[in-house]
Amino acid sequence: MAASDNYFASPAKMRIYKAREIGSKTLTYVFLSILGLFMLVPFVYMIITSFRDADAYDLDTMNKVFNLIPSWFNSELGRPNYTLDNYITVFTYRNPVTQEPINFGYYYLNTIYVSVISTFFTLITSVLAAFAFARCEFKGKTLLFTILLATMMIPGEMMVITNFQTVKQLGWDNTFAALIFVHGVSVFYIYYMRQTFQQIPNELFLAAKVDGYGHFAYLWKVMVPIAMPTIVTIAILSLMGAWNAYIWPNLVASGRWRLNSDWSMKLVSNGLMSLFTNSDTGLSKDTVRIAGSMVCTVPLFIFFLIFRKYIMRGVSRSGIKG
Amino acid sequence: MENITVAERKEREWSYISSNDKEEMKKESTDDILKRSLSTKRTKKFNLPESAKAWIALIPALIFLVLFMIYPIINTFIISFMENFHFMKGAGGSFAISNFIAAINNNRLAVKPLISFGNYIAVLKDAEFMESLGNTALIVIVTVPLTIVVALLIAVALNSIKKLQGFFQTVFFLPYVTNSIALGMVFHIIFTDGDAGLFNAFLSIFGIEAQSWLSVYATKWQMFVVIIIYSIWNGIAFKILVFMSGLASIDKQYYDAAKIDGASRTTILRRVTVPLLSPQILYITITSFIGAFKSYTQIISLFGGGAYDFGGTDKKQWETVVGYVYKVMQDDTKIGRAGAASFILLVIILVITLIQSIVSKKRVHY
Repeated sequence: MAASDNYFASPAKMRIYKAREIGSKTLTYVFLSILGLFMLVPFVYMIITSFRDADAYDLDTMNKVFNLIPSWFNSELGRPNYTLDNYITVFTYRNPVTQEPINFGYYYLNTIYVSVISTFFTLITSVLAAFAFARCEFKGKTLLFTILLATMMIPGEMMVITNFQTVKQLGWDNTFAALIFVHGVSVFYIYYMRQTFQQIPNELFLAAKVDGYGHFAYLWKVMVPIAMPTIVTIAILSLMGAWNAYIWPNLVASGRWRLNSDWSMKLVSNGLMSLFTNSDTGLSKDTVRIAGSMVCTVPLFIFFLIFRKYIMRGVSRSGIKG
Repeated sequence: MENITVAERKEREWSYISSNDKEEMKKESTDDILKRSLSTKRTKKFNLPESAKAWIALIPALIFLVLFMIYPIINTFIISFMENFHFMKGAGGSFAISNFIAAINNNRLAVKPLISFGNYIAVLKDAEFMESLGNTALIVIVTVPLTIVVALLIAVALNSIKKLQGFFQTVFFLPYVTNSIALGMVFHIIFTDGDAGLFNAFLSIFGIEAQSWLSVYATKWQMFVVIIIYSIWNGIAFKILVFMSGLASIDKQYYDAAKIDGASRTTILRRVTVPLLSPQILYITITSFIGAFKSYTQIISLFGGGAYDFGGTDKKQWETVVGYVYKVMQDDTKIGRAGAASFILLVIILVITLIQSIVSKKRVHY
């Protein structure tokens, strides 16, 4: 504030201004803390409840008491209030009636498999298409690009209706193909990639040409390494999208795998939903459900902590979720 | 471009070349390389015209785009005008792949499609659709302005502090990297009926009696409160991030000038920050209107009763337009209706976007 000292006619006025400044700073922090708490409460609640003993939790509900952080030992039940049982349940449960596994082990493997493969396809298609739009000249380039951008306006439901039929007709329901290929390309990622490619100076291309590089060698050996940060961002956003997908997997892959009827096709979000709706199977415990939520959330969180920079930069330019 | 010396540039270009090639190039003299690069043998390999290469690069993306985006849009649009479209049974000729395959296999008679506005009329006459439209409109009208104002205030507050800025930024970003379904379920349990729920326990601090929120005993408006709270919680992270990046690009001189003039904080916010942030505000307004009009996942995750439970005993208290589309789609005979409903959604979205961009032309300062 040293520079602004001379704005004020008298020291008294300056003192008033400074007092006001401190007051408003405090208010700012209070405001942010309250809203920050509002953001964090669901997480805190989720973490604590997921470790709570299911019976102790039910006892609280029956006694109509609310316990945010219960003491370690529950004297009524004669055992600790905290346990890992909820987590064990969500990883080992099998519906006694239908033998349908409600098991996040399957869901994890499915989700990782689908997200990695579909991200791989997304990267290949977007890098190649973006290269064509950024580096090459061809007839109808502007028209094609405009058409692609226009499809971004159209609600996904219009596509889902037909894709649902296509997938069923191809016999792809309850297979991984339905989950992978329908999201094998994204117009937004092509657009984002093209923006990055356009920033690469033309001189590099000419230099590479002298060295005997063709278009694709140039793309692979020069452009891709330079655009690596963007590629990483796209990969992360695409992985996150696949992890959070619910609507499409619910439509086409909510049963057992076609090739192995022991294998549940569900992805994490769908598995979580079935954890909630299967109230008739003895899985109606809230603590188990919360543990399921926790199991869905934690991998993404770890991912976020590692790639925070890439994620926040990518998101501020996009606006896509799930 | 940045200033770099010739040597530096050479070194950079060198680093783009893989080590294998380096070995190869070391063996050859410069003349050899020049000869080789100019020789027909090397150039013949890449003799294809540039446009052909462009199309080769586009093929993978185009296959996916045409199959799963462009064809579906056209197909759904056409289906929406076909009254007798019956998926799988194939009544009514359609552009669906199913019909092509059936036609090739010659295993059914071609049925003349009945082209009319029948589906649109049926949808618009359907009380459930109108109700879902009303619900969606309510959600949009309440949550969008509320979320934007709160996000703006948070962004401005975040921008004005130095200590703990990174920490708070991360905290406010967390909802973005969480699974909407997972946290919707946590909210479902936070808003449990009776005294054992977290939210009711919180209200009891102020002496408010325990309420029903999401159960079958709750009224529509009690559910609405939860929907609003969760929509704000779920949607605010992205908006704060965009506003923050907008604020970072505002020249500090404007603020210094305003301070010299003795402007108060609210005046600065209204007269300096908001006008200078108007491009971001416009962008966020349009995207959140569209996003809120498509709300579906956060609603079903709150009620936790599966993909078609929208609350209440009839399971359609807060049914949204997108929810209606998915629900109707489950019936093989009503796919045309689902198509019509989704096209109506598209028209609504286009109209909103158009209105907003016309209104904002006078107000947005670039």
